[in-house]
Amino acid sequence: MSLSRQHELHKRRAGRNKGVGIVLAALIAIVFGLTVVKVSSDNFTMQSANEVNNGN
Amino acid sequence: MSDASIQTTIRHGEAEFGDYFALLKPRVMTLVVFTAFVGLLAAPVAIHPFIGFCAILFIAVGGGASGALNMWWDADIDAVMRRTAKRPIPAGKVTGDEALAIGVALSAFSIIFLGLATNWLAAGLLAFTIFFYVVIYTMWLKRLTPQNIVIGGAAGAFPPMIGWAAATGDISVASVLMFCLTFMWTPPHFWALALFVRMDYDNATVPMLTVTHGRRSTRVHILVYTVLLAILAIGTGFTAIGGPIYLAVALVLNALFLKGAWDIYRRNEEMAEADNFAVEKKFFKLSLLYLFAHFGAILIEAGIDRLGVFA
Repeated sequence: MSLSRQHELHKRRAGRNKGVGIVLAALIAIVFGLTVVKVSSDNFTMQSANEVNNGN
Repeated sequence: MSDASIQTTIRHGEAEFGDYFALLKPRVMTLVVFTAFVGLLAAPVAIHPFIGFCAILFIAVGGGASGALNMWWDADIDAVMRRTAKRPIPAGKVTGDEALAIGVALSAFSIIFLGLATNWLAAGLLAFTIFFYVVIYTMWLKRLTPQNIVIGGAAGAFPPMIGWAAATGDISVASVLMFCLTFMWTPPHFWALALFVRMDYDNATVPMLTVTHGRRSTRVHILVYTVLLAILAIGTGFTAIGGPIYLAVALVLNALFLKGAWDIYRRNEEMAEADNFAVEKKFFKLSLLYLFAHFGAILIEAGIDRLGVFA
């Protein structure tokens, strides 16, 4: 018994892989979007070099 | 390795992507998304649209994760109930271990990301909701007490509070009122369902009120809870999240809901079986409209406040 190219098993795995791919792409877009929004908000402040050196 | 050694049949667990998505109870998720959305927009603090979108998404994922954990734990009773027998685990499409892994992973993901995107009060409320639904309701109360629906209903009532907390960072009377609205709505909604899917709960030995206290008692309970719900729902119209449009919607829908509960109360089993539980089914359908319309009206009132239409 051989596996044909159009076996049901392949279709299921292909669909699953596609789904996981879309979810991962969406996750990247969300993390990127959140980072942009957070960094550009008025509340966002960077630590100065002195603060970093003083361990604050 | 020859071709002959490769398995050509569909193994248990060779699920499609849609089977994994079904674990998240998409229909329940619509209620979670909608009520959380209303809680977020009814809050008097503006939130960045993208953060708001992410907050709703993470709340929905958290709700879905608790659904997957519920299916993992309840696979045995899902298999004997006609309504749930086609769920991915009893249908043999997804294994229990997979559902557990997906549930735990998505729970952790949704809580951490909601905390990072908004605040840790909202994330804490989401964590508590998942814990309440999975441990308190699913593992403990569902198979122990006929009050399972009443107490378990709290889990479904948290999303508007989480949405509100995501925007404001606190808990207020308004967000507690939205919680109470869903909490009080859940028992009559599910008991009406239990009246016309009786055999299912009997077979699964889930101690629904219909099984433990009888159907007459369930009809009385539906009426009592509907009266209490109507008082709460109409009273909410006079608070900060209410207004003329909400009040008009609440008056009409509560009148219809009370009429439905009264009709259920007056019927006996012979009358119900004669028309195949038409009144109970109508009440159940109305209950879906009831909740969506109340939260929709809160949303409209919030929009009016933002735009200052009646200012």
